[in-house]
Amino acid sequence: MKTHVIVFPGSNCDRDVAVAIQNIIGSSPEMVWHKDSTIKQSDLIVVPGGFSYGDYLRCGAMASTSPIMKSVIENANKGVPVMGICNGFQILIESGLLQGALIRNSSLSFICRDIIIKPTNTKTIFTNKSKISKMPIAHNEGNYFADSNQIKEIEDNDQIAFQYCDENGHINAHSNPNGSINNIAGVFNKSKNVLGMMPHPERAAESIHGCDDGRNIFESLLS
Amino acid sequence: MLAKIHITLKKDVLDPQGSVIANSLKSLGFDNVNDVRQGKFIELEINSNSKEEAEKQCNDMCEKLLANLVIEDYSVEIEN
Repeated sequence: MKTHVIVFPGSNCDRDVAVAIQNIIGSSPEMVWHKDSTIKQSDLIVVPGGFSYGDYLRCGAMASTSPIMKSVIENANKGVPVMGICNGFQILIESGLLQGALIRNSSLSFICRDIIIKPTNTKTIFTNKSKISKMPIAHNEGNYFADSNQIKEIEDNDQIAFQYCDENGHINAHSNPNGSINNIAGVFNKSKNVLGMMPHPERAAESIHGCDDGRNIFESLLS
Repeated sequence: MLAKIHITLKKDVLDPQGSVIANSLKSLGFDNVNDVRQGKFIELEINSNSKEEAEKQCNDMCEKLLANLVIEDYSVEIEN
């Protein structure tokens, strides 16, 4: 598999995700600087987490205008799998590849802790091996918002990827860490080849991390 | 020309920062404060032949970058 990881000024999970790809998918990803303008051929593009451009204006807003994003959008529109994690999710939303918005956590606090998510649609390239999984979140703006018409559209098209839940898989207010509508932790585009998620699967990808539940997302991409 | 752009959260978007500010104002004794909504104010200098043209460009900037129309509304005011 030919894989690419985009690097912006302020990305800080680029190398973590590269290690996860190397270990699980078995390919050494090409690290692509945001000022490059083309990704010619790819089987997976990852937009990693971090604080691109210091979160100026809105998280992900500046990065979404970087030269490389044109090529990411072109590849996504051709059906290439594109995955945005945390700040990467914010960037994909700002670039228009995914619907909705990510606003300030309802608690107004930066949250860094393990949460549990449940795959909502397991018929996609990213989630066909997914199950209820524990992995960390680390964000200040992860509160997923969309108006009621958009939520209906996203639900009707099976575009919800993951929802925060408790250990038994129950989706409730108690298991919602950040105020996201309907506990939404991740969404797909309409064609399901673009995934954005706030939790960090690459930080729960080997036993040394204390949990390796995040592997199933990368393993799904192999099948 | 000087463009003054206000960006505010849409009515149906919760503003937790606004609520905290409202509570703080109440604790300072401003009991008559009912609601606070926090937004952004952007000032930019722009070369343009007409106010209309400058306003059109600023609207375009808001739609492409300055505002996120899923959660925010904007208004543009142009001064000579």
